[in-house]
Amino acid sequence: MLIEEIMAKDVITLYPTDTVRDALEKMRDKKIRHLPVITKDQEVVGIITDRDLKEIIPSTLTDHKGTDIYNMEISKIMTKNPIIGHPMDFVEESAVIFYHNKIGSIPIVSNNKLVGIITETDLLYKYIELTGAHQPGSQIEVRVPDTPGILFEVSKVFLDQKTNVQSVLVYPDKKNPENKILVIRIKTMNPLNIVDGLKAGGFEVLWPRFPGMDL
Amino acid sequence: MKKKAVFIYSDDQLGYSFSETHPFNQKRIVLTVDLLKSAGLLAEEDIISPRMATDEELLLAHEEKFVNIVKRAGKGEITDAAGAIYGIGTEDTPIFPNMHEASALLVGGTLTAVDEVMSGRANRAVNLGGGLHHGFKGRASGFCVYNDSSVAIKYLQKEYGARVLYVDTDAHHGDGVQWSFYDDPDVCTLSIHETGRYLFPGTGNINERGNGKGYGTSFNFPIDAFTEDESFLEVYRAAITEVIENFKPDVILTQNGVDAHYFDPLTHLYGTMNIFKEIPKLARELADKHCNGRWIAVGGGGYDIWRVVPRAWSHLWVAMSEQEIPEGPLPAKWVEKWEKEAPVSLISTWEDPKPLYKEIPRKAEITEKNLIMLNQSLQFIRNEDKTDS
Repeated sequence: MLIEEIMAKDVITLYPTDTVRDALEKMRDKKIRHLPVITKDQEVVGIITDRDLKEIIPSTLTDHKGTDIYNMEISKIMTKNPIIGHPMDFVEESAVIFYHNKIGSIPIVSNNKLVGIITETDLLYKYIELTGAHQPGSQIEVRVPDTPGILFEVSKVFLDQKTNVQSVLVYPDKKNPENKILVIRIKTMNPLNIVDGLKAGGFEVLWPRFPGMDL
Repeated sequence: MKKKAVFIYSDDQLGYSFSETHPFNQKRIVLTVDLLKSAGLLAEEDIISPRMATDEELLLAHEEKFVNIVKRAGKGEITDAAGAIYGIGTEDTPIFPNMHEASALLVGGTLTAVDEVMSGRANRAVNLGGGLHHGFKGRASGFCVYNDSSVAIKYLQKEYGARVLYVDTDAHHGDGVQWSFYDDPDVCTLSIHETGRYLFPGTGNINERGNGKGYGTSFNFPIDAFTEDESFLEVYRAAITEVIENFKPDVILTQNGVDAHYFDPLTHLYGTMNIFKEIPKLARELADKHCNGRWIAVGGGGYDIWRVVPRAWSHLWVAMSEQEIPEGPLPAKWVEKWEKEAPVSLISTWEDPKPLYKEIPRKAEITEKNLIMLNQSLQFIRNEDKTDS
């Protein structure tokens, strides 16, 4: 999936000459935490986050009013040349960039112009959708040997039982690298026949198990 | 004379039948009625036949397009593939002959129960054929075609202007009813269920609290797999007591799925017969205290139809009709009659054998986790109550 399918296209922005006060107000009114800073030509020159602002504005517990700080130009405190993405980046790759750089948002730029933004929250929701947890269904976990065609063998059981699969996730088996754990969400309230079918096929069904028991 | 309780039932309710092998099997109602009669707990004059819900009534909570599809499916005019987008013709909810009439009769049974209670002819009424809480506005789901509770609540609002508290103790989340009234501040839905981590339908998280004007009138109490009696009842008592005091309903409608039992094949909770004795007892006390006694009960899930459902639902009726809780051996004639047919060996006492299961690991932590969940879910009204005073 491409970033352009999930990014917000209506981006709230600042100009470098806007003030700290402008930034605070925009974040509060729109309930957001990241503001790209752009030129009149839509070119991204910086980014400002709620954390940047918290670091510079005086604590509400002090007497210092700090009026000069509120009037300061955003260009003085923004992070210059932030990490940016492209609309055709893959969602998975972007997730890795978020994770490695410990950042909360990525402005999306095409032809030198800002066209969107994606945040950690957007990405997390995509992952929730990937797990299928937003539709009615039951979840099954199966331990399988990590060999070619194993998914085919497993899905034959779903075909036999005419059961729709909503999502399949593959996890490594912590104990044994020669195995994988499949987490499958299926569109049924009665997974018993599936479980029997999987067991008959020689698969180890781990679902459900006592909490904290080793896999 | 006003009756304490009436029991809505007729053999026609057994027409809601997917197949011989489907886990949802209305034979459980026959077994329950026979057990109650054998034990002298249910008399013919307590029983009232259900009526059929009209199309107009069904449309209170369902889309016309969906009702028409169900009608045609029941006449064999719809293929499984064409029904699938409406949730019928699936493994869970297969198409069966006359499925519209059978489903509308279950809804009608719950409406009969509503009329008996709201007209004042009885304090309480139960329709064990109802409780199909997964039915959506325009789609069948999880063994449920029409959602009798959703229709009944709309009907209670329209005909009687009532403010309704819906309490769902089925092991599965009561999603269909919750989403029907998610925006409605005059209907409060409360569901206690096994967490959706593994179990169908997967929803019912504590943060599902309602939407817009209805925010704060949807309550969810997802309990962990392997939860046992004490922890289940701790959550149930606090949840229903605090929510009813806060919401102040005119009437309560309870969904009495009995699939939270250890024996139930579809769920992973470790309840025993004890919870099914306690659940209706407290519901009655609270209905008496807050709703002038008005309490409507429906059935729900329950997939061990031999060892669990007949005894558990008998306790529901016993509580509604204010009879003494039966103890000791079940009527011998009931056991003799059914043990030939049962694929499992029947339990021959009202109580479950002790111990019913091997001790479970990490019981204390499961209890603690459920308690934290309970407090988080109730935090909302506890805070509100503080600001009020």
